[in-house]
Amino acid sequence: MWESYLFATSVENALEILAAHKGKARLIAGGTDLFLQNQHGECPATVMVDVMRISGLNFIQERDGYIVIGAQATHAQIAASPLIQQKASLLGIACGSVGGPQTRNAGTLVGNVINAQPAADGAVALFALDAELEVATPGGRRWEPITRIYRGVGACSIDACQEMVTAIRFRALTEACGCGYQRLARRKTLTLPILVVAAAIQVEGGLLRSARIAIGPVAPTPFRASDAEAFLVGKPPDESVFAQAGELAAANAQPRDSLLRGSREYRTAMVAVLVRRALTEALSACKGE
Amino acid sequence: MQTLTMNVNGSEVSVEIYADETLADVLRDRLGLIGTKVACGEGECGACTVLLDGVAVTSCIAPAMKAQGRRVTTIEGLTPDRELHVIQQAFVDATASQCGYCTPGFIMAAKALLDANPNPTREEIMRGISGNLCRCTGYYQIVDAIALAAQRLAQEDKR
Repeated sequence: MWESYLFATSVENALEILAAHKGKARLIAGGTDLFLQNQHGECPATVMVDVMRISGLNFIQERDGYIVIGAQATHAQIAASPLIQQKASLLGIACGSVGGPQTRNAGTLVGNVINAQPAADGAVALFALDAELEVATPGGRRWEPITRIYRGVGACSIDACQEMVTAIRFRALTEACGCGYQRLARRKTLTLPILVVAAAIQVEGGLLRSARIAIGPVAPTPFRASDAEAFLVGKPPDESVFAQAGELAAANAQPRDSLLRGSREYRTAMVAVLVRRALTEALSACKGE
Repeated sequence: MQTLTMNVNGSEVSVEIYADETLADVLRDRLGLIGTKVACGEGECGACTVLLDGVAVTSCIAPAMKAQGRRVTTIEGLTPDRELHVIQQAFVDATASQCGYCTPGFIMAAKALLDANPNPTREEIMRGISGNLCRCTGYYQIVDAIALAAQRLAQEDKR
């Protein structure tokens, strides 16, 4: 049960409040997940520290070749951002797939990451973009790769009772890159995905120079299909190569049988299909190829 | 208890609330604005949609304190007195309500949509109400109603 709801005035102020309450206070952004967790008795903190009124954290910008997204950017803002549509379109599609318009208006991408659900659309896209998170602590700030912060379903190494993620950054996709985002769900809206595949490829001289493939939720955390990625480098980008990459990715997936999301066998088979489709989509998005 | 001060439908109000009360509960139980409906209670059906500084949110999962110092618009605030707003009248004329429980949420989602995009395509209307569920009418009449409202609002503007 929450005893009080406070508004932080700065990042430093937020960290001071957290420190003063010694684990009893927790940061809240959009609150779309956290509020329900509290109702289900899954939020031990009793003091909420709202970070949405701190000035200077609501931005989506390009700086020194990086796209940088502030902690207050909502899914709706990111989905509608021309910069994201142009230079990281898969993240825009991912953010536009979360919940419904009302949830996207309130929920933030940073909150989606910290909540650490393997089905989080935004986080899967950020895995494919090799994103990093800026973490503010009482001792200073650090950048941490998103691939290293997940500890299991709903478990994140960044502790919102002590630290604060202030921004996300990743390299903007260049003209030679293309990306794809494939989402399998029971409906088009207001539903978690059965399976999501985010892919970004770079083609040079008719061959794949790099490939990044992120998949969720077929393991306790979103993950990169590293065998498939390694296989693709140096290969010609064609359907049979993409199909083989799909099979390799399926071999890396460990989905559970789920009444909500389908059987293990079905979802493993669909990993191969969606990886192939995401790579094909990425290829068609490659400019100049 | 904490004091929540906000502007609801044009009036400044201050209420004493618990820190983890939902905006929907404060509107309904403390302010008597029962036009806002709560159905799923999980932010997944849109029945509780209200506007916070003009933006549609699901008030059943919004901590009420989020409204501190902000402007809240509920279905009761669409028109002064008891007249129907153009969108409400369009819902009546297009028979877009059956049991009616989802209707206030749909109308508030439609209001947010038409404020941002006064001349939406059918596809844009469907996207605009994609956060709202109806379990009896189906969606065709609702889309018709919003298209009709857009048309009537455009005619009003011309006059």
